[in-house]
Amino acid sequence: MLDGMQKTFSMLVWVAVAVFGAVATAVIAIHREEPINALWLIVAATCCYALGYRFYSKFIAAKILAVDAMRATPAERLENGRDFLVTNKWVVFGHHFAAIAGPGPLVGPVLAAQFGYLPGTLWVLAGAVFAGCVQDFVILLFSVRRDGKSLTEMAKEETGSVGGTVAYGAVIAILIILLAVIALVVVNALKDSPWGTFTIAMTIPIALLMGVYLRRIRPGKVLEVSVLGFVLVLLAIWGGQWVSQDATIAPLFTWRASTLAISIIVYAFAASVVPVWLLLAPRDYLSTFVKLGTIGLLGIGMVALHPTLHMPALTRFVDGTGPVFAGKIFPFAFITIACGAISGFHSLISSGTTPKLIARETETPMVGYGAMMAESAVAVMAIIAACVLQPGVYFAINSPAGIVGQTAAAATQTISSWGFPVTAADMQSLAHAVGEQTLFNRTGGAPAFAVGMAHIFSQSLGGSTVMALWYHFAVMFEALFILTILDAGTRVARFMIQDALGHIYKPLGRTSWYPSILFTSALVVAAWGFFLWQGVKDPLGGINSLWPLFGIANQLLAIVALCVATTIIIKMHRTRYAAVTLVPLVWLVAVTFTASWHKIFDPNPRVGFLAQASALAAGSATNATARLIFNNRLDAAVTSMLVVMVTLVLVESARQWIGVLRGVRDAQVKETPFVMTRLAEERS
Amino acid sequence: MNFLAEAMRLVAATLREIFDESAYARFLKRSHMTSSPAAYAAFWRERESSRAPRIKCC
Repeated sequence: MLDGMQKTFSMLVWVAVAVFGAVATAVIAIHREEPINALWLIVAATCCYALGYRFYSKFIAAKILAVDAMRATPAERLENGRDFLVTNKWVVFGHHFAAIAGPGPLVGPVLAAQFGYLPGTLWVLAGAVFAGCVQDFVILLFSVRRDGKSLTEMAKEETGSVGGTVAYGAVIAILIILLAVIALVVVNALKDSPWGTFTIAMTIPIALLMGVYLRRIRPGKVLEVSVLGFVLVLLAIWGGQWVSQDATIAPLFTWRASTLAISIIVYAFAASVVPVWLLLAPRDYLSTFVKLGTIGLLGIGMVALHPTLHMPALTRFVDGTGPVFAGKIFPFAFITIACGAISGFHSLISSGTTPKLIARETETPMVGYGAMMAESAVAVMAIIAACVLQPGVYFAINSPAGIVGQTAAAATQTISSWGFPVTAADMQSLAHAVGEQTLFNRTGGAPAFAVGMAHIFSQSLGGSTVMALWYHFAVMFEALFILTILDAGTRVARFMIQDALGHIYKPLGRTSWYPSILFTSALVVAAWGFFLWQGVKDPLGGINSLWPLFGIANQLLAIVALCVATTIIIKMHRTRYAAVTLVPLVWLVAVTFTASWHKIFDPNPRVGFLAQASALAAGSATNATARLIFNNRLDAAVTSMLVVMVTLVLVESARQWIGVLRGVRDAQVKETPFVMTRLAEERS
Repeated sequence: MNFLAEAMRLVAATLREIFDESAYARFLKRSHMTSSPAAYAAFWRERESSRAPRIKCC
């Protein structure tokens, strides 16, 4: 009787969640005239995530993966106290979330807000529930069942050697493009900003101090030193305002984009070759500390303050003429927002550290599916932060000078003529309020997010007098963890290249051999530094060409991950449910291949790399023109190469599927044999 | 109250794991060492010798 009542109550609760979610989503989708409150987005997101987690992840776990609580995980069987370790599920969740959540879910949605709040919101919700969370979850479980093997190893074993090699190459290519584009985001956020540059520059001595403190004074007390580092960073933000106002010191920290780019390249090279404990690890701790705190603060702030969105649901730029980046909603909204909806990069983490910590298979939905939902929520917050701005202000910040004009008057006139009124005086006053000389032409998404965040928080916490502090806190928060990814990513790419070169000449594969460290670090830094320099010198702001390139690369990696997942599902004789990974796979193939086609061959020079190269060739020839033509042709070649590589994986996977379904290929999955968990015995 | 204490304990454990304090404690236990600058240096030497990349996402 009691059981029946509980069931009825539970059913009523879930019906209510579904109704609330449907109403909130309908309001978001249908509402057109008046500004909408952010609470609608928050309610829609919460309900979609709750339903997705409760029903879809459970369906996948039960019907497809047959998640088994009795099966011992590698953390239990191979426990060594180092990589393999039985860990509490909440701890693994936090660890996994800290690894997957980077600047992507903050930057992508801000850039895609040029289409209005609707396309980004719908893609983030549907993409996460039906694609991103699924990818992270199934790859995590498949890795757990294979002793924590990486995606590239699983691709090699399950789809064939081409899959493994392509996945390896794709990861290196994506890392290079990723590092370039996020470095460009930092450059655009810090250029001509003495306050921001000073704050970020101070994080280097703070990190060194933390490193020495950890090594010599209080070994291993990371949380303690992170709190100390955080206090010092706050002091640096506070001190930044004096620096920016001092006529002597301010010019020392007022750097042009090219100077910042060179400094970042030199810094990343140095960070890659010095011992990890000295600079990289303390910065990583500091940025993680700030990141987790700020995301928590943002979440609470968004719910408590639920600001009004001023951006319309859809803007005129759905036609592909947007100033932030050129291209229509389909496919460009779906490659601009990767992290937050589906990101191929996550599959590397789901098959990296995390599977080695999972205590039971039944915890994989919470960690894989759940952590991705949390990241998707961060993307919703970024959409809100961008859309609380007046659209005119949003476009003034995010539009490159090459599109809207070189002067404030020209830019405001162009933007106002689009139907988004803004004046030079408005922009000057906003720049003054956030402690900047100008906010025009700050492409890349980070400054717009920072202004949005400062706008939301300053309305109730400290008023407009502290808006500049909030703005610089947000810029510091983004720049700090982008720089952390830069140095960590450079090191990871260096390891991977050393691995590959070790097959040609053995000493190059030794991570402790200094000539190899210097050579491979220089190789990696030169590769992403080249693309960064290209972005800095691009008259269209760089983001227009580099962010889509990164989005395409990242989603192509998701295709590789979904190919591996679909192959395993078919080999497990769960073909009737293969649509769970096959549908997102088909969608991503449609998105990325269409986007790649446009980026290479579109006749519009703002969209197509080759068309832009031709347009430049037809104009007056200078040294800069020759370089821009080369860069565009190179971008087209890189995109083509990625598409060809992923096509090979698709073909190889399809051959596997057809072979298995026809019964002419071995359907044996390469899982570790079943071992009964001891944890269950201990429990009983 | 118990629930709150348990939640706080979990948050602390998560932070200790994310910030490698637990990894260092496990290293000390495994190698029968007490915390010192030399032990911490050895901990980092072991970590740097690991080829498994600790990737963080974008």
